[in-house]
Amino acid sequence: MAIRTLDVAAIRKDFPIFETGIAYLDSANTSQRPRQVTGAMLEYFEKFNSNIHRAAYRIAEEATVRYEATREKVRAFINAASTKEIVYTRGTTEAINLVAYAWGRKNIKQGDLIVLTIIDHHSNIVPWQILAAEKDARIEYVDIDDRGELRRDQFAELLNRGPKLVAFNLVSNALGTINPAHEMVAAAKRVGATVLVDGAQSTPHQPIDVRALGCDFYAFSGHKMLGPTGAGILYGRREVLEAMDPFMAGGDMIKTVRVEETTYHDLPWKFEAGTQAIAEVIGLGAAVDYLNDLGMDAVRAHELDITEYAYEALSDVDGLTVYGPPPSRRAGVISFSLDGIHPHDLATIADRDQVCLRAGHHCAMPLMTRLGVAATARASFYVYTQKDEVDRLVSSIKEAQRIFA
Amino acid sequence: MATADDQFYREYIIDHYKHPRNYGRLEHPDISHEEDNPLCGDVVGMDFRVTDGVIEDVRFHGRGCAISQASASLLTERLKGMPLDEAKKINKDDVLGELGIDISPARIKCALLSLKVLKVGAYGLADIDEE
Repeated sequence: MAIRTLDVAAIRKDFPIFETGIAYLDSANTSQRPRQVTGAMLEYFEKFNSNIHRAAYRIAEEATVRYEATREKVRAFINAASTKEIVYTRGTTEAINLVAYAWGRKNIKQGDLIVLTIIDHHSNIVPWQILAAEKDARIEYVDIDDRGELRRDQFAELLNRGPKLVAFNLVSNALGTINPAHEMVAAAKRVGATVLVDGAQSTPHQPIDVRALGCDFYAFSGHKMLGPTGAGILYGRREVLEAMDPFMAGGDMIKTVRVEETTYHDLPWKFEAGTQAIAEVIGLGAAVDYLNDLGMDAVRAHELDITEYAYEALSDVDGLTVYGPPPSRRAGVISFSLDGIHPHDLATIADRDQVCLRAGHHCAMPLMTRLGVAATARASFYVYTQKDEVDRLVSSIKEAQRIFA
Repeated sequence: MATADDQFYREYIIDHYKHPRNYGRLEHPDISHEEDNPLCGDVVGMDFRVTDGVIEDVRFHGRGCAISQASASLLTERLKGMPLDEAKKINKDDVLGELGIDISPARIKCALLSLKVLKVGAYGLADIDEE
């Protein structure tokens, strides 16, 4: 089947923020949101604002239906077996913390091995460090080679040591590296490990099928995929989720509460205590609809096109170093540094030209240490990115070089 | 477009960044202190030689953005020969005034890193004096 080409000019009309004239090159940080998403949220606030799962009146039923409809949209989007496997969280960070707490505290024992990678985001490192300290477990990190790709030989060695848990990101937010996730999950499952895949940077940008991937947990955020902040997803295989105790306790996650004993609600509500981010979840549903209309194959094809263009344009700049693999094995993320110019100075100069560029450690300090840099500049792309924005970045870089000459 | 007479990256800031004054270390300093800004990886350290309560000599070292390094360089120029008690009174407005540019909230930590080094370092010595 031929992959459609995105009509970027038409897409940009759905995003009012572009009327400000910005070149937005920070979608790996958070994406922009189209009118369809903000509109769905506004409709909730203005037409059926009420709490879900509780009231018997009509607008509350409408709110509940819309809130739960997102669960089916997300299930289909990632090809989970059941909506029972789709748990709403505030985002990837909360999803991973949920697993570290509710699965980890029950299953990780003294001396157990947890395998992570050096290109993981802090949110897929720190929860495990806390757990490992508490349980006296060990953590080993898979290193990268000179191209910023995981060392498969070392990964295989670590698997031979029988880890209890393997957790890694499908796409690195700092380098854009697309990890060979299917191979990695299959290898980890062969040695009996439980596997968590951090999909924060992959889910917005390429098709995902969690059943084909075969992982136990898959976490991602709505705000990087055109949705609002405050709504994210933890996918968990049903039998794994069933065996877990709750994460947060309170209203809505219970079946019956008596003074002496409480029975918990069924999946997935067992993990959803308290009043939820209703508008945000509805917004996330609208974001999934929007991406489905574009087609995730078309999204990936567009980003590859932009990334190849940007990779070439940036590689042509004197004194500029690009980190990470070639465009075919990277998502729409390019981290780079400039000789003699700190990334923050570059970002400030770019900002004067309305070019939004990230500078810093990208919540991946172990990776920055590994690369021997304190920070990098990072440009990242999405469905609305056009080549003109990349050209504006290159102009800003040349301007910075002129100022610092 | 940013231009050559850009209000932020004025020539003297770039000059202090590329040719920092009083850069290096002192042997056997009376005060030595280093601070970093983990968010962007800026590091500034300062060594002081203090004689009769006066900063006789000062050196700074570190790495980072133009704002953090130029700010440190400018501060050392001001500190040389200054009584330590007077140095302790240098405040945020003095440092930002010396830089002479509008600093955005995101970059204020870069501009004030060297002041933090001075404050923590100078008050650290005061504690020792009191012992």
